[in-house]
Amino acid sequence: MSSAQIEIQLIASLVAVACAIPGVFLVLRKMALISDAISHSILPGLVIGFFITHDLNSPLLILMGALSGILTVVLVEYIQKTKLVKEDTAIGLVFPALFSIGVLLIAKNANDVHLDVDAVLLGELAFAPFDRLLINDVDLGPKSVWVIGTILLITLSLLIAFFKELKVSTFDTGLATALGFSPIVLHYGLMSVASVTTVGAFDAVGAILVVALMIAPAATAYLLTNDLKKMLILSIIFGVFSAISGYWVAHWLDASISGSMTTMLGLVFLVVYLFAPNKGLISVVYRNKQQQKEVQLLTFLLHLNNHKEESERHINHLNEHINWHKVKAKSVVELAEKNNMIVIDNQIISLTEKGKVFTEKAIDYIITNDDSKIESMKKDFFLFRG
Amino acid sequence: METKYAVTVDDLTVAYNYKPVLWDIDLSIPEGVLMAIVGPNGAGKSTLIKSILGIINPIAGSVSVYGKPYDKQRKLVAYVPQKGSVDWDFPTTALDVVMMGTYGSLGWIKRPGSTQKKAALEALEKVGMLPFKGRQISQLSGGQQQRIFLARALVQNASIYFMDEPFQGVDATTEIAIINILKELRKAGKTVVVVHHDLQTVPEYFDWVTFLNVKKIATGPVKEIFNDDNLTKTYGINYKVSVQQ
Repeated sequence: MSSAQIEIQLIASLVAVACAIPGVFLVLRKMALISDAISHSILPGLVIGFFITHDLNSPLLILMGALSGILTVVLVEYIQKTKLVKEDTAIGLVFPALFSIGVLLIAKNANDVHLDVDAVLLGELAFAPFDRLLINDVDLGPKSVWVIGTILLITLSLLIAFFKELKVSTFDTGLATALGFSPIVLHYGLMSVASVTTVGAFDAVGAILVVALMIAPAATAYLLTNDLKKMLILSIIFGVFSAISGYWVAHWLDASISGSMTTMLGLVFLVVYLFAPNKGLISVVYRNKQQQKEVQLLTFLLHLNNHKEESERHINHLNEHINWHKVKAKSVVELAEKNNMIVIDNQIISLTEKGKVFTEKAIDYIITNDDSKIESMKKDFFLFRG
Repeated sequence: METKYAVTVDDLTVAYNYKPVLWDIDLSIPEGVLMAIVGPNGAGKSTLIKSILGIINPIAGSVSVYGKPYDKQRKLVAYVPQKGSVDWDFPTTALDVVMMGTYGSLGWIKRPGSTQKKAALEALEKVGMLPFKGRQISQLSGGQQQRIFLARALVQNASIYFMDEPFQGVDATTEIAIINILKELRKAGKTVVVVHHDLQTVPEYFDWVTFLNVKKIATGPVKEIFNDDNLTKTYGINYKVSVQQ
C-alpha cells in the first residue's frame, strides 16, 4: 500500500465515523431526509464563502456551508409550521431551491475553479492526499485529515457530554422539556453537527455519499440491536467497513471511490436486512412459519386438555371438528409426538405429563405476558421469545 | 386552616394558530388531592397539563408551583405523557426508560450512576415490572408500557404528578394496579392530576375533579360537584341516563 492509499482510507474512515454518529440520531428522530437536504443546500454557503475568501480551504467556507445547512432546517420547519404542506414536501421545496442558487452562483462566477457541481455531488477522494497541510514547510499530512479529524473530535466530545440529553429528547420530547433539557437547543445542536460534518466531509466524498454515510450505517445497525450505545458502535463499524472495502472495490474496478463506497453501504444493509437474527427478512419469515406451527400445536394441545372423552381425541377428529386440512393436522400431530407431548394409543390421542405442563404454562404466559416461568421453553419455541 | 395549593393557574390562554384551545383558565389545585381532569375530545385537557409543564407556551396567563414559576420547581413535578406520544421502537430497555426519570435531578451532562439505577429498580418493583427490566420496550404490552411510564414518574420522587390518560389502552389488572399506586401517592401527601376519560370511574378513583371544555366549567371535590348539571355543561348533552351515581 502506498502512503497515498493509506491516507485515502484514513480520510474515508474518519468521514465514516463522523457521519455515523449524527446519522444514528437522525434515523431515530425520523429525520433521515433532512441530511439529504442539508448535503445539497450547503452549496450556496460554500460558494459565497469562496467568493469572500477566494480560498477553497478557508474555515469560513465550513462556517458558511454549515450556516446554509442550518438555514435549510429553519426554512423546512417554518414552511411545515404553516400547515399548508407536510414535512417531506417542505424538504422537497427548500433544498433544490438552495442547491440551484449554488449551481447558478458557480456557473456565473466560479467557472474556472475546482468548485464544480460534479465535485460537489460525488467528491474526489483520490485527490485528497495531494492537498497537504504545510506549516513552516513541514508536511503534516493531508488537510482533509485535519479538517474531518477536528470535526470528529468535536462531535465525539459533544456525544459523550450530552449522550443522556440526546437520548431522552430523541425518545420523549415532552419529558425532556418537562425535565428542563431544552429539546430545541439539542435539536439545533444536532443539526449544526450534521451540517458541519456534511461540509467537512463533502469535499472528500461528495454530497451524495455524505447522506449514505449518515443514514445507511444507522439503518443497518438498527436492525441488529436494541441498545442505543451498541447502535452507535455498530454504525461506526459498518461505516468504516464500507469505506475501506469500498475503496478497494474502486481500486479493483478502477471506478469512482465514492460510488463504490455507497454501493458497499447498500450491500452491507442488504446482507443485514436478509440475515439479521431478529429483524432480518429470513428470520422473520422463518419465525412466522414456526409461530404459526406452534399456535396450531397449542390449539391442538389445548383441545386435548379440554376434552377427556375419547371421541374428541380420536386421530380423525382433528380433521372433522377442528376443521384442519389433513396435511396440516398430520404435521401438528407429528410435531407433538416428536416432542413427547402426546401419546397415540389405538388412534386415541392423550396428553403426556410434559404436554399438560407445557399447555398450562403456555396459556398462563399468553394471558399474563409474564415470562419468568417459561424461561426454559424460550430456547425451543419462538412463541415465547416475545 | 387555609388550604395550601400545589399548583395555581391564572388567566391561562393557549391558542394554536390563533384558535383558542384553552380560554382564560383559573385553577387552583389543593395539595394532596387526587384530581381528574375531564372533558370532551379537544377540550384542552392535555394542553392544560402541557402548559403547566412548560411544554406548550401560553399566549397569556401564568402558572405557579408552590408559589414559584414552574422552571424553578421542576424537581417537585413528575410527568407521565400519553403512551402514544413516543416511539416504542426506540432502541432501549424498560430499565433505561425508567432511569430517564432521574435525569431531571442530575441536570445537564452528569450521568446516572448506581444510586439512580437502584431507584429505578425500586420503581420497577413498585409497578410490578421488575421481571421485565431488560426487555426491549417494543416487546412490552400496552399496559406494561404504561406501567413503565408510571415507574419513570415514581423515580422522580416528586410532590406533584401529572398524568396524561394513564388508563388508555390498558387492561383491567393494570388499571387497578395503577389506581392503587395513585392512591398510595395521595396517602403519602402527594398531589396527583390525571387526564381521565372514563366518567364512570371518577367517583370511585378520585376525590377532586375539574370539568374542562376550552373554558373551565367547575373544579372542586367530587362529592360536591360531580353531578349531572356540570356534566351536561361540559359535554353539552344530558348525562342523567348514562352516569349512575
